[in-house]
Order: sequence, then structure tokens, then C-alpha cells
Amino acid sequence: MTITDETIEYVGILAKLELSEEEKEQAKKDMSDMLAYVGKLNELDTDGVEPMSHTFDVHNVFREDVVTNGDDRENMILNAPERKDGCYKVPKTFD
Amino acid sequence: MDLMSLTAVELGKKIASGEVSVIEATKAALSRIKQLDMDYNCFVTVDEEGALAQAEIVQKKIDAGELNGPLAGVPVAIKDNMCVNGMLTTCSSKILSNFKPTYTADAVLRLQEAGAVIIGKTNMDEFAMGSTTETSYYGETKNPWNINCVPGGSSGGSAAAVAAEEVPYALGSDTGGSIRQPAAFCGVTGIKPTYGRVSRYGLIAYGSSLDQIGPLAKDVTDCATILEIISTHDSKDSTSVDRNDTDFTSALVDDVKGLKIGIPKDYFGEGIDADVKEQVMAAARTLEEKGAVVEEFDLSLVEYAIPAYYIIASAEASSNLERFDGVKYGYRTEEFTDLHNMYKKTRSEGFGPEVKRRIMLGSFVLSSGYYDAYYIKALRTKALIKQAFDKAFEKYDVILGPVAPTTALKLGESLSDPLKMYLGDIYTVSVNLAGLPGISLPCGSDRNGMPVGMQLLGKPFDEKTIIRAGYAFERTREYQRPAALTERGL
Repeated sequence: MTITDETIEYVGILAKLELSEEEKEQAKKDMSDMLAYVGKLNELDTDGVEPMSHTFDVHNVFREDVVTNGDDRENMILNAPERKDGCYKVPKTFD
Repeated sequence: MDLMSLTAVELGKKIASGEVSVIEATKAALSRIKQLDMDYNCFVTVDEEGALAQAEIVQKKIDAGELNGPLAGVPVAIKDNMCVNGMLTTCSSKILSNFKPTYTADAVLRLQEAGAVIIGKTNMDEFAMGSTTETSYYGETKNPWNINCVPGGSSGGSAAAVAAEEVPYALGSDTGGSIRQPAAFCGVTGIKPTYGRVSRYGLIAYGSSLDQIGPLAKDVTDCATILEIISTHDSKDSTSVDRNDTDFTSALVDDVKGLKIGIPKDYFGEGIDADVKEQVMAAARTLEEKGAVVEEFDLSLVEYAIPAYYIIASAEASSNLERFDGVKYGYRTEEFTDLHNMYKKTRSEGFGPEVKRRIMLGSFVLSSGYYDAYYIKALRTKALIKQAFDKAFEKYDVILGPVAPTTALKLGESLSDPLKMYLGDIYTVSVNLAGLPGISLPCGSDRNGMPVGMQLLGKPFDEKTIIRAGYAFERTREYQRPAALTERGL
């Protein structure tokens, strides 16, 4: 299928990526090539085949909701690009 | 005596007997890295100070009788997508260029508890997306057999570091062949365990339903020994499976009499290099001579594995990589207008082209209107591929084939054509889709002297049978090291 400018814009929003004009053109080409290639799957008759997300018979794994890893707040926040008063600092989100 | 030419288990024995100290072993690895890594670039981070400090502690524990495992005191390198507390962990990406985790991956923790000395973190394709280690933000790793060739990927730094004898062993991760293919390209041995065998806790996720951590080393004995240590049930990974059959070293038996080995004819069709085909078939004959029953069969669906894999892996990647947004860790763009703009600029500047390509593809196949046609279709294909393997394993104990259609390609050959690079994964990705274990081990070389690898695939959780077959094959040949090491007087 052909990938339009609109599709690339839309996927860019979903992917949270800001592509340059050059990157957009490349992405259009790459995505068309890739979709043409993966379209090969349409040759396969998969009617009645259940989609498989797990290869083994695994079920939900539950545990008691108890904190076991302690409070590592101070160390974790050291990785933040910007921090203030022990919190993550982000640009203003509302006025 | 050259300590670095020993296998991990051999070095462990010398340390246990007191013939070699942990400090000596650690210094030998560090000095080899200083000598060679300028040329090969296997490492993103070398933690000299930390390694020497660990070595002191481990030696004391050995002396006190607290540590007596086979790998106590042996240095190890860790692929840079596994978290190590306090140690830079980049995934070979700009976006994690300053990330120091506050916890350690479970598999790494198991090694530390067994007395491993962590030398540093190895180079990889950015976020494990690639088959050449050329998509790393920190420069490509070169193949110790020929520095004009790629080491394979994505665990290229780990495989090359073992081949160059910079470390006796390393951990890698395998989502579509990322342990097995670089092992083959660098002439070393690697195991991709059954999905669920090794905890993924602390492994920075790429394709969560496909990712598994595994060992890379000089031989099957090392790999079985390492796997025995890192295989655990971990409540922090909900897909980790509780099993008591992890005594893999018990399978190091030189006996394949009566073992039923199937060779998929479809793995030797169009696109395979003549030398690779010849060497892998010769390996099959060797096993036959040792008493295995070898037979060719049609596996089917081989050409559908790569399309299904790229849809599923990209979809999972697009979701897993949403967390990199410049808020809690990693790189943040310098200038931005608002929160959303900050996210977008951070990610666009922080990710490389291959990562962006897969995030875009993954976002597309998961988007409404295309979800059923691509993503669900791929999951249905995955079910069929699993069925094809189940059917094959009704007849055979082991499936034998090549790891990759060619030996290591020249640097720069793959990047220009992503699709061509993806096609190189044809024999490896279906194993991840079906969740099976696979071992990759050297079985010869091509006309240019580059290593050829063969792959032995097993039933789910039947690593022992492929370890036994691999071990029996390995008995028939000598370990080959890159000629460059001998030429340098090492």
C-alpha cells in the first residue's frame, strides 16, 4: 500500500516522533517497502487460527500487593534530567 | 600461561585451586581490553575500578569458603541492555547516554551471587534493533576475525569480546537471533534459552514476548554452566517459569546414539551461501557418524517467519519504548515549547534511524484500522509456526540447521537496505516466535576463513538435549581463535 503524507503525520503523532521533511520522505518509502513485504502473510490462510500471544499455557500471575523493594526515591530521582524538591520537573502542563 | 585463552570454567578451576587469584584474572581481562578494544570497540563501558574492588571482595569470599561455584572469580561482560546498579546502562542509545540504574537485572544478580566479576558493558545495536551492531550510538563493533566485517548483532559486543578473549564469557539477549547470529559470526558458542527460562527483570525491553537473556562463551560446557546459574524462577517477571530441570551441566555427555535429528530442507534453499551449506551439512554427517539418526524434512512456513516477527517485534517495541520521554531518566532535549513538544523533540533527537523506523512501523500496525490486518494476522501466523515446530518435534529430538545464510558481512553492507538485513534473520526468528531453545556453535569456516555457525533447536524447556548434541559435536573439533590474536603474539 502507498503511505500518504497524512499517514506519516498520524503515525508520527502516535509514535511521539517529530520527523524532519527528509526523514518523513524516508519513512514513507521504508514503511511502504516494509508493508509490501509483510503483506506476504496474506498468502496464508489463517481462518479459524487463534491469535497466539503466548507460546505456553501461562496465566495471570498474582501476588499480594505488598511493597518489597523499599523506598529508593532519592537514588531514582538522580536519573531525572531535571528535578526540584524531590520531584520530577516537567514543562508547565496547564495555565 | 595466557589466562585469557582459557574457557570460563577452566579459569574458574584455577581460581578455585588458588593457582590464579581473582585480581590476576580481573587484571588480565582489563589489560587485554586496553590492548585490543581500541580496534574492536566491544565495550561501551569498562568499569576498571569497580571490577578491581569486586575482585578483592570475591577473593575474600573464596578464601573464606563462602564461594565455591565453578565461575567464582571469573570476569564477565554484560550486554548494555541489562541493568547493573550504579553502572551506566545505555542500550547503545543516545537517549540513555547518562542512565545509571538503581537496581540490577536478575540474571546479572545471579552471576554476582556466584562470584562473577563484572568488567563492563558491551556494545550492541541500539535497543537490540539490528543484526550487525552498526546501529549503536557509540560506534560499530568490529569482528575480531576480520576488522572489515561486522560481528553480527545485536549482541555483537558480547560475541566479539569473547572471540577476542577480552573476557572469558558474556551475557547477551536474543529477540530474533541476537545471541545466536553474532556467536556464529564471531566463532563462539551461544544459547538462546526457552522463553521463560531466564528472568527478564532488569532487561530493557525490546519485544517482550520474544526477548530472552543467554550466555556467550568459548564452548558448550561454559554455556551450560552459565545457564545453570542464571536460570531461576523470578516473581518479578510474570513470564518466568518455575522449573527444577536446570541442572544443565548434567547434559554434558558425549553421546548422541539414537538421537533423532531433523534437518529442515527449507533452511537450505535460495539465498544460502554454498560454504555455509557445506559446513553445516558436514556437521550433520559428523553427528550421524557418532550414532545420531539424521533425516531431512519440510518444516514449512519458513518464509513467513520474518514478516510475522517484524510486525510483532515492532509493535511491542513501539509500546515498550514509549517510556523514553525525557522525564524520569535519560536524555532530554535542550529547547522546547511545552510538554508535548519536549517529548517529541527528546525522542526524535535521542533515538537513531533504525529505532525510529521500528517505532513508526509498530505504531502503524497497532493503529485502529490496521490492527487486525497486520498485528492479529501476525499473531495467527505465529500460532501456525508454533504448530509446525510442534509437528516436527513429534518426530525429532533436535532440529539442525544454519544460523544465518552467510558468514559475517562487510561493515556498511547492510545499513543501506534494512529489508536485506532483516532477511539475514530467516533461520533464527522463528525460534523466538515459537519460544524454543537454540544453541549456536561453530562448525567450520568459509573460503575467506570466516567462522560458520550451526544451530541446534530443541523442544520447549529441553535445553539439555541440544546441550548434549552440541557437546558431542564439539568433541570432534578444536576451538578456533581469530588468527589476529596469534599474529599479535597473544
